[in-house]
Amino acid sequence: MTFINYAAKEINCKIVYYGPGLGGKTTNLQYIYSKTSPEAKGKMISLATETDRTLFFDFLPLDLGTIRGFTTRFHLYTVPGQVFYDASRKLILKGADGVIFVADSQKERMESNVESIRNLETNLKQHGLDLAVLPYALQFNKRDLANAMPTDELYRVLNYKREPTFEAIAPNGKGVFDTLKSVAKQILVELRKR
Amino acid sequence: MASMDLVLYEEEIHLLEEVLQRLRHDSNARAVFLIDKYGQQMASEGEIENFDTTSLASLTAGNVAATDSLARLIGEREFSVLFHEGERDHIHISIVGKRAILLVIFDERSSLGLVRLRVKRASGEFDKIFETMAEKAVAGAPRPGSAPTPFSEITDDDIDALFSD
Ligand SMILES: Nc1nc2c(ncn2[C@@H]2O[C@H](COP(=O)(O)OP(=O)(O)O)[C@@H](O)[C@H]2O)c(=O)[nH]1
Ligand SMILES: [Mg+2]
Repeated sequence: MTFINYAAKEINCKIVYYGPGLGGKTTNLQYIYSKTSPEAKGKMISLATETDRTLFFDFLPLDLGTIRGFTTRFHLYTVPGQVFYDASRKLILKGADGVIFVADSQKERMESNVESIRNLETNLKQHGLDLAVLPYALQFNKRDLANAMPTDELYRVLNYKREPTFEAIAPNGKGVFDTLKSVAKQILVELRKR
Repeated sequence: MASMDLVLYEEEIHLLEEVLQRLRHDSNARAVFLIDKYGQQMASEGEIENFDTTSLASLTAGNVAATDSLARLIGEREFSVLFHEGERDHIHISIVGKRAILLVIFDERSSLGLVRLRVKRASGEFDKIFETMAEKAVAGAPRPGSAPTPFSEITDDDIDALFSD
C-alpha cells in the first residue's frame, strides 16, 4: 500500500524481507542501517527474543531522496522466519508494496526455502495480494559457505516468475543494496503506471 | 492492488489536523497522532519534536495488528480501545474510520476519563471525514491537485538518481 501525502510531499512504500529462519533477513537490514547516513534513516527497531531471533519484526525507515519534489521513503520490515510465527508473518505482509525473499543457499535449508515461498504466496493471497504481479526479488544469501548450492540449481527450484535474483553475503554487504534497489525500482515503476 | 493505496490531499490533511488540534487541546494531551493501520503516520499535533514519530507509527500499527488478531482468537471482532499506563506518561489507542489509528499520549495534566471523552467526540468527526474521502474516491470527482499525478511522469533517470550514491 503506497501512501502518497500531498501535504507533506511524501511517498511512503513498504518492503518486506521474507524467508526461512536464520536465512539472513535481519542481517540485510543491519547492513543497510550501518551503511546509511544518519539523515537518511530513522531508528532501527528489532522486536527480538533474548537470543536475537526475530520475534515480531525488524523495522527500518529509509529516505532515498526526492523524486518530482516528493520525498521517497521506504519502510523495510523483516518477518520472523520460524514456522510457528505464521500469525505474525501474516500481519507484517499487510500492505506490502514489494517483497524480497532471502533464501539460505545451504543445501540442507533447501526444503525450508521452498516451504517459505509457498507460505509467502498463501499469506499474500489472504491480503488480496498476488506474488505473480507484486514487485519481487530473490536473494541467494550465504554464498560464502562451503555447503552453498550452485545458483543455477537454486534458481531452478526457487524462482517464481523469472524475478531478478542476487547472490549475497549479507554480513559484508555483498548483494544487499542491489537486491533492495531492484525491488524499490519495481515499486516506483508500478507507481508510474497508475 | 492500486485500490489499497492511500492518497491524502492537502485539504483532507487540514481537516484531519483541525480535529487533532482540537482533540489535543480539549484533552490536555502531550501529543496526538493519526496513523494508518499499515504503520504510516498521517497527521500529528502537539509536542511532536519529543517523539520518534516514525517508530511510534510503526510500533502502534504492529501493536494494533497483534491485538486485533488476539481479539479474533477469542471470538471478538477487535478491541476498539487499548490503554497503556506508564509511571508518568500514558498511551490511549483507538481505531477510527476503520482504517486509521488514533494515538493519544498524555500525562498527569490530563486523565483517562477526559481522554476517553474527547476521543469519542473526535472519532465521530474523523469518521465523517473518512466517509467523505471514500465517497469522493468512489465518485472519482476531479479534485484540486489530483490530475495529472506527478508519478505518471517519473522517468528511469529519476529512479536511477535515487540510487546514485
Ligand atoms: N556465513 C554467513 N552467515 C550469515 C550470512 N547472512 C547471515 N548470516 C548469519 O546467519 C545468522 C542468522 O541471520 P539473521 O539475519 O538473524 O537471519 P533471519 O532469521 O533471516 O533474520 C546470523 O548469525 C548471521 O550472522 C551470510 O551471508 N553468510
Ligand atoms: Mg530475523
